Amino acid sequence: MAGTEASIYRQFEEAVRTGRLVAMATALTGPTIGAKMLLWPDGRSEGSLGEPTLDAVTRERAAQVFTSLRPERLTVETAGGPVELFIDVQPPPPRLWIVGAVHIAAALVTYARTLGFYTIVIDPRTAFAAPERFPHADELIARWPDAVFAEVGLDESACVVVLTHDEKIDNPALAMALRSPARYIGALGSRRTHAKRTAALKALGLEEAQIARIHAPIGLDIGARRPEEIALAIMAEIVAVMNEKRE
Amino acid sequence: MRELLLTLERWRAEQKRIALATVVRIYGSAPLPLGSKMAISSTGEMAGSVSGGCVESAVVQEALEALRSGRPKLLTYGIADEVAQSVGLACGGVIEVFVEPLPEF
Repeated sequence: MAGTEASIYRQFEEAVRTGRLVAMATALTGPTIGAKMLLWPDGRSEGSLGEPTLDAVTRERAAQVFTSLRPERLTVETAGGPVELFIDVQPPPPRLWIVGAVHIAAALVTYARTLGFYTIVIDPRTAFAAPERFPHADELIARWPDAVFAEVGLDESACVVVLTHDEKIDNPALAMALRSPARYIGALGSRRTHAKRTAALKALGLEEAQIARIHAPIGLDIGARRPEEIALAIMAEIVAVMNEKRE
Repeated sequence: MRELLLTLERWRAEQKRIALATVVRIYGSAPLPLGSKMAISSTGEMAGSVSGGCVESAVVQEALEALRSGRPKLLTYGIADEVAQSVGLACGGVIEVFVEPLPEF
């Protein structure tokens, strides 16, 4: 039994580390207090809570937990009396794609990681995308961002921040992000820069409504000036969007 | 959970045993959401949080006890609790915390 518990727990940690959706049910009371069952979104499970009723109810509830992505507490009636269960769910972390390995990006990686984001910095300019400049990023990719986006695909949980100030890099990346269901798209630059960018994106075939998804000027208005402050303003805006306080 | 992994790895490398505390129920308002976690090493170090600082020191004691006994425990903290004066929640809510020794690997 102890061996099974260790194996289950190890798989749970490994899934969390690699960003795979996983859930773990635990008996909080009763004769099998502490017993665990690992649950996967495809319906598979491993381990036992020590009672067939507990296992059956947990497997039934799993689908709901994987939909809501919120942990759940439940009381289950068994032959031996009520047992309290907790189903913990660990959703994959949201991904923050940072285009431009610039100074603001370094601070942004720090804030984003603290907030639980998986951070990926992309910049085709190898002098910028140097590992010693971004030791704390989850991934650093020295390639053209539009090519990377085309390859991996951006999903509903993706956040994209474009920071290079170089339209050859920024605009194709933005065009790709705007054609995806990405949750947040922001671009650094003044209103004038953004007007110019809007025209360029229209020339790339994007509609006004699509372009309106870009947060520009980027970040909440906190009077940010220094790169670290700008990173904070951007991160605050992303959090506001994720928490549905902003569109 | 993800934010605790590096610390857990380090503690294991240092041959320390680990207990995990998880917020498994919230009544009223609580400083941290359901599922929030804190890890405690057998030498009394902690990582993460279950209440933003209100009950952590009490949870560390319970975690060390769980590591000694090898048995998990369901704990309640808050205004209704006798220890409220010393380790209650500032916001007046009640939380349940499950403390368990993690399997070694």
